Formats: sequence, C-alpha cells, structure tokens
Amino acid sequence: MIRIPCPFCGERDHSEFSYGGDGSVEYPPLDASAEAWHDAVFLRENICGVQVETWQHVQGCRMWLRVTRDTMTHEIHDVKPAHKGLAKALGGASDGTATR
Amino acid sequence: MTRFSAWNVIRNAFNDQKGWTRQWRDPELKPEYDIVIVGGGLHGLATAYYLAKNHGLKNIAILEKGWLGGGNGGRNTTIVRSNYACPGNREFYEHSLKLWENMSHDLNYNVMFSQRSHITLLHTPGAIDNTARNYNIMRKTGTPDTELWGLDQLKETVPHLNYSADARFPIMGAAVQKRAGTARHDAVAWGYARAADMLGVDIIQNCEVTGVTRKGGKVVSLSTSRGVVRAGKVGFAVAGNTSRLWGMADLGRLPIESHKLQAFVSEPLKPLLDQVVVFGVGGAHFYISQSDKGGMVFGGDIDWYKSYAQRGNLPIVQDVAEAAMSVLPCLGRVKLLRHWSGVMDMSMDGSFFICKTPLDNLYLNAGWNYGGFKASPASGWYFADLIANDRPHRVVENHDLKRFERGVNIDERGAGPDPKLHG
Repeated sequence: MIRIPCPFCGERDHSEFSYGGDGSVEYPPLDASAEAWHDAVFLRENICGVQVETWQHVQGCRMWLRVTRDTMTHEIHDVKPAHKGLAKALGGASDGTATR
Repeated sequence: MTRFSAWNVIRNAFNDQKGWTRQWRDPELKPEYDIVIVGGGLHGLATAYYLAKNHGLKNIAILEKGWLGGGNGGRNTTIVRSNYACPGNREFYEHSLKLWENMSHDLNYNVMFSQRSHITLLHTPGAIDNTARNYNIMRKTGTPDTELWGLDQLKETVPHLNYSADARFPIMGAAVQKRAGTARHDAVAWGYARAADMLGVDIIQNCEVTGVTRKGGKVVSLSTSRGVVRAGKVGFAVAGNTSRLWGMADLGRLPIESHKLQAFVSEPLKPLLDQVVVFGVGGAHFYISQSDKGGMVFGGDIDWYKSYAQRGNLPIVQDVAEAAMSVLPCLGRVKLLRHWSGVMDMSMDGSFFICKTPLDNLYLNAGWNYGGFKASPASGWYFADLIANDRPHRVVENHDLKRFERGVNIDERGAGPDPKLHG
C-alpha cells in the first residue's frame, strides 16, 4: 500500500520490499570500544516523524535502498540506493539523491 | 462508588437502578502530586492501583493523552499465558497469571478471565523436540501445567482444525498450557480504573504530556495539555510512545523501535472455538480465540516496518486471512467486522524494561513488544514496587536498560538485536 519508488525498478508496492532498520546508524570501526559498539547495535532514536531507514527490494532488484519516510503518515520523501557510490553514479545531485 | 454485589443488584432492582454511581471520578489536574504515572493504559492503571493498594500511597495521578483503554489496552487480542522459558520472564509471567486468576475478586469487577487453554500447533519433528525441551524447563521452574500433546489428543479437543494429510501445514501435535486463556480487555481497563479511583488515585484523561522539565538530575514538572504538574516521582508507561517521552526528557536513545500490529474481529458466531489456538512456525504467525460476544478475535505478524500510525496495511490482512484459512478452513464464509492496529514498543531482545533511569525520580516501564496484555497485572505490581521502594524487585533485576551492556539478552526467540524479529 505504501508505494516505494525503487531507483532501479520504478514505483512498487511496499510488499515487494523488506524493511531493514534505522538507516542513520553509523557503525564504528571494528576496534572501537565495547561501549561504542553497544550504542550502535542496541540504541535507536525511534523517531516519530521523518526518518532515514533501509529497505531491500527483495522481490525486485534485491538492492538495498535508503528511504526517507514519515513514520506517522508513511509519506515517502526520498529514495536512493544505500550504496553511496551507486547513489552518486546514478546521477542527479552530487549526493546521489534520487528524484521521486 | 457502588460495589458490585448480589445485594446491590437486588436493592437497585427496587430502586429503578438509581443507586449506581459513576465508576471513577473526572477530577481536574492538581498542580502537584507525589507520584505521576504517564500513560493510562492497562499497565499505568495497574501500577497506580498497586501503588495505592500494596504500598498505601496516596496523592497519585495517572495522565492519559486519550481516553481510558483507547491505546493498546483496547487493541490487543486478549491472550493471557505464562509459557515463557527465560529466567526473569518465567517468574514474572507466572506471577502475572496468578494475579489474573484473582483479578475479578480483587478489583470487584468481572474481567471475564477464562482459563480455556493455549494451544500452539506443531508442524515438524524439530518443533516437537524444541517444545519438549522448553516445556520441560518450564515444568521444572514453576509453570507446572505446560503439556505436549500428540495428534490424537489434539483431534479430540479441537476436532475442526485442518488435519488433512495434504493440508498446507500438516499438524503433528501441540504445545499446551491449560491455565492460559483470554480476558475482556476493556473490563481490565475499567476494573483497574475503578479500583484505583476508589483508593484515591486521580485519573486525568485527555491530558497529553508535551514537555518534561528537568533540574539537577531529577524531573521537576511535566507540561501537559491540561496544565503544568509538579511531581515527586514520575513513571513512564506509554508502550509504543516511549521514545517520544524519553526525547522530551532529553535522555537520548533507547533499545526500542516502534512497530505496528494489526488485530481483527469477525461477526459474532455461535460457540465455535473453546480454546486459544496458535499457529507458530517460528513466531506468533497466527493466533485465534472466540470472545464471549461470539466474534473470532485473531491476529498475525507485525507489519514488519517501523510505524506510529495505528493503522494497518492490506498485505498483512491477506496474510492473516490465509493463515486463518489454513488452520480453520470453516472460517471461509465468516465476515470480518473490525480491524485495527496498535503501536508497539519492540525491544532489542524481545523482553521488557521495568527499571530506574538516568534521572533519580523517573522510572521506566516499556519494551512489551506484542505481548503486553498478559503482563498487565504483574507489570503494575513490579513497577509499583520499583517506584515505591526506589529499587527493582529481584524478579525484574535484569529487566533494565543496561542489560545489553552486561551481555545479558532475555531473548525467548533467540533472534538477536533486531526489534522486528521479535514479533
């Protein structure tokens, strides 16, 4: 019912995708402290409103996507490939923002 | 407030029913309370009740942003059970079940708790082995009524499941807890509200907390839609909205993600299913029972993506309908009457938090995932105990926010730190 515009496949129903998780998490280097790793693995902002999250287009191209979505209204503001290099290569803005 | 008793029923029959009084007051928000519980759901109401009853405390308020029973308290599928395997969980849920057994008498309110058995269908030899191991643990650690049934015993008890050899999910046996069952969720909300009000608790509805004022490591006051209230101690019991309040108190992040879970009720039917039947396959994939009004009450998986929306999506409706048909094919012509969704606080290991917080006088009750209803009485009991004594009870000593730092995961499913996998 939520339409997600996959940059590779076009607009599809959300049931073709699998939700990943909070896309704003930055995982620390492998040799970082246990505390830094605990925070990255276990703690979440859990925003009510617009957040960045990951989805995988499992029934389509199987690419991971970074989606900016409102968690109260489900409105999608932006979708781009999760892989930063791919996002840039796909054109558009220099940060790889896809057009809706 | 009139007690419910045979004498009062007879008396009011000759009195044009004029002797009944309102079940709880509708007081104005006072400027200050000793204890403020944010969240007027089943857990918040139970907490206030036990603070008054077990600890003799007065001057308590419950702040509810909507109406009593309008949150997850009114949106669940009413299942009560205590078949949990992890230490900490098993003592807690077993205590909760015992509180359920006496709740109607304790609250002087018929919550219609019906111990009708909880039957989890098993479809593979591995599932049977796993159940045998888990249920043996439970039998040895305080839950004596967990049983493993073969096909014959199951067919005799619930004859109309899909036992055909070419069923989509052939049934091999079942994991059963006989003392488990269902209750009328609205009655639990109203029963606790009435009993708490009788003991002097102020229940303030339509009162949304919009800000938390801190000073020197303590909460000083709460800003609400009905005014500012100062509090000696504050408890948060707001389920899926926990992170929002946590953010108002400027406390950072939590091991919680909010997800939505849908539930369904069919048109009323004559008695069709006497037990709670669950179709597991690696999770709570589908569960169904029949309410005393006759409607089939059922649900399935969480919607899988994060949401605060309290409304479901159609792919899950189809999913749940398919599961229903594969388990109870006789439901094919039954009409769906009501459908709704709640916001749930999914935690990183699928288990709850009843604990102190970085602020001295703030206490947290959260992380109930999709299983908060059965926990309601014990949640109130142990949260009240924590708030009154300023230290957690031994039973919930590992149910704190710092358990992951200690390497403790209370993970019934064994699914790891991904909230959606605990649904």
